Amino acid sequence: MAIFRTRLHWGMLFAFLILLFTCPLFFSDRILTILTIIGITIISVHGLSILTGYCGQISIGHAGFMAIGGYASAILSAKLGWPFWATLPSAALAAGMAGLIFGLPSLKIKGFYLIMATIAAQFIIIWLILQLYGLTGGTDGLAAPRLKIAGLVLKSKSSYFYLVMIITCLATFAAKNIVRTRAGRAFIAIRDNELAAEVMGINLWTYKLLAFFIGCAFAGLAGALLVHYYAFACIDQFTFMNSVWYLGMLIVGGMGSTAGAIFGAVSLKLLDEVVTIVGPILSAAVAPQAAASLGLIMRGLVIIVFLIFEPRGLAHRWEMIKAYFRLWPLSYQE
Amino acid sequence: MTFFLQLVITGFSLGMVYALIAIGFVIILKCSNVFNIAQGHFVMIGGYLGFTFLVPFGLPIWVSLLLSIVAAIIMGLLIERLTLRPLVGQSLHAVIMMTIALATVLEGLATLIWGGEYKAYHGVLPTVTLNLGKLSVPPETLIGLIVSVAAVAILMLFFRYTKIGLAMRATAEDEQVVQSAGIRVTTIYAISWVIACVVGVIGGILLGGVSGVMIPLADVGIKAFAVVLLGGLNSIGGAIVAGIILGVAENIAAGYLDPLLSGGGLANVFPFIVMIIVLIFRPYGLFGLVTIERI
Repeated sequence: MAIFRTRLHWGMLFAFLILLFTCPLFFSDRILTILTIIGITIISVHGLSILTGYCGQISIGHAGFMAIGGYASAILSAKLGWPFWATLPSAALAAGMAGLIFGLPSLKIKGFYLIMATIAAQFIIIWLILQLYGLTGGTDGLAAPRLKIAGLVLKSKSSYFYLVMIITCLATFAAKNIVRTRAGRAFIAIRDNELAAEVMGINLWTYKLLAFFIGCAFAGLAGALLVHYYAFACIDQFTFMNSVWYLGMLIVGGMGSTAGAIFGAVSLKLLDEVVTIVGPILSAAVAPQAAASLGLIMRGLVIIVFLIFEPRGLAHRWEMIKAYFRLWPLSYQE
Repeated sequence: MTFFLQLVITGFSLGMVYALIAIGFVIILKCSNVFNIAQGHFVMIGGYLGFTFLVPFGLPIWVSLLLSIVAAIIMGLLIERLTLRPLVGQSLHAVIMMTIALATVLEGLATLIWGGEYKAYHGVLPTVTLNLGKLSVPPETLIGLIVSVAAVAILMLFFRYTKIGLAMRATAEDEQVVQSAGIRVTTIYAISWVIACVVGVIGGILLGGVSGVMIPLADVGIKAFAVVLLGGLNSIGGAIVAGIILGVAENIAAGYLDPLLSGGGLANVFPFIVMIIVLIFRPYGLFGLVTIERI
C-alpha cells in the first residue's frame, strides 16, 4: 500500500476507480468491448513487463503462453465443469509452468539466442495445440463456456467488464508490488548486469525462472479471460504477430515501468481501433488489400518511431510531465 | 529407398532456400552485430521485384536482374540510414525490435503493392530438371546450390582479402578501435546492409522464378534462424552446411513422422525444435565462435 503516499494519491485513485466502475452507465456495448479487451491486454503486458522490462529476458512468445492459459481454462471449464475461481488460477499456473520449461534455456543463453528460444516456444506451443486434437479441437477451436459467479452467468458486456476490470486492477496492484519485493529488485539487478548480479549472491537459476513463471502466469490469466470473453478458443487469437505486438506495447509504453505497460496497452489498442475504423474506408478508396497492409504498416511504423524518438516510452514522457508540474515555476531539479 | 532419396533431394532444395536467407543474415551480423529478423522479407521483396520487372514490364532477365539489384541497393541504403543508424549504441532489445518492426512494414508494403497474392514467372529463368533414374531433382535445388555456393565463395574471398571486407570484420569486433583507425563505421554499416539486401533480392528472384513468391515466404525467414543458429552465428560457410542439414532433416522427419501424427504439419515446427536443442546444448552452433564474457 505504500505505493500511495499522499492524500492526493488516494483521492485520485478513488476518483479513477469510481469513474472506471461507472463506465457501463455511460458507454455503449461497443466501447465496453474495447475497454474489456484493453483490460485483458494490460494484464498480459504486465506479465511481459516483469519478464522483459524488469528482468531483461526478452520474450517473443507471449501470445503462446496466453494460448496455454486460454486453452487450459477452456478445457477445464468445458470438459470438467470447473467454476471460474478454479479455472483462472489453474490457467495462470499452467502458463507459468510452460514458462518455466521454455525459460530453462535462459540460464545458458541470452540476448538474441533467448529471443530465438521464445519465438520457437510460440510456434511449438501452437503446433502442440493443433496436435492435441481430441483435447483442444485443433483448427476448429474449442467452445469455452461463459463464466458463472454464484449461479450468475456473465453474459452481458457490462458484467464481464466488471470482472475484467477488477482482475486488471488487482493484477496492476500485484505487478507494481512484485517489482518492489526482494525478487523484483533481483530481477532489476539481473537485467542491468547478469554477472554482477550473480557475484552479488543473486541466484540466477531461481530468479530467472521465477521471472518466467510470473510473467507467463500473467499471460495465462489474460489468455483465459480472453477466451471466456469470446466464449471460444482458437489459435488465431494467439499468433506470432500478437506476440510481437505485445512487445511493441512494452516499447511504446516504456520498459521497466508498471505505468508504461498500461500506457502501451491502452495507446496501441486504441491505435488498433483506429485502424479497424479507417481500414475499410481506405480499402474502398484505394485497393482491397489496403486495410490489411495499413494495420501492418501502422504497427511497424509506431514501433520504429518510438524506438528512434522516444526509446524510453510514454512512461518517461509521463514522468517528465509530472516533474514539470511538481517543479513549476522552477523548471530544473536540484 | 526411392522415397527416402526423394525426401533427401527435396530437402536439399529447401535447405538452399534456408541457406540463401541465412547468408544475408550472417553478413549483417558479422559487420554490425545486428540481428536482422527482416532478412526473409528481403527475399520476399526480391521475388516480387523480379515479378514486377519481368511480367508486367516485360523486361529481359538481365535487365530485370540489374534493376532489382539497383532497387536492392537503394532499399539497403534507406533502411540503414532511416532505421538502424539512429540506434547505433542502443541496446540489443531496441535493435532487434527495430528489425521486427521493419519486417512488419515491409510485409505491409508488399501486401499493399502486390496484393499479397501468389506470383510466379515460370519459364523466364532456365529451369533444368535432372532425372536420375526414378528420382527427379527440382530446378530450385540446382539453381539454389549454384547461387549459394557462388555467393559463399565470393563473400569468403571478400571478407578475407579485400580492404573493405577486413574493415567490416574489424567493425564487428570493436567499433571504437575501427573508428580510431580512421575507418568510417557508418559507411561500413551501410555497405553491409546493401550486401544483405542484394543477396536477399537475388535469392528472391531465383526462388520466384522456380517456385513462385508469396507473403508466407517471409515466414521461412524465421525458420531460417534455426539454420543460422545451427551453423554458428558468424559463419557464412556454416550457414550453407546447416541449411542443407536442416532442410534434409526437416523433410525426412515430416515425410516419415507426419503420417503418424494426427495433426501433421511437423515441417512447420521442426526447425524450432532443432533451434531449442541447439540453444540448450551448443548455443554457438557448429562453426561459430565461442564467446566468453567478463565483467
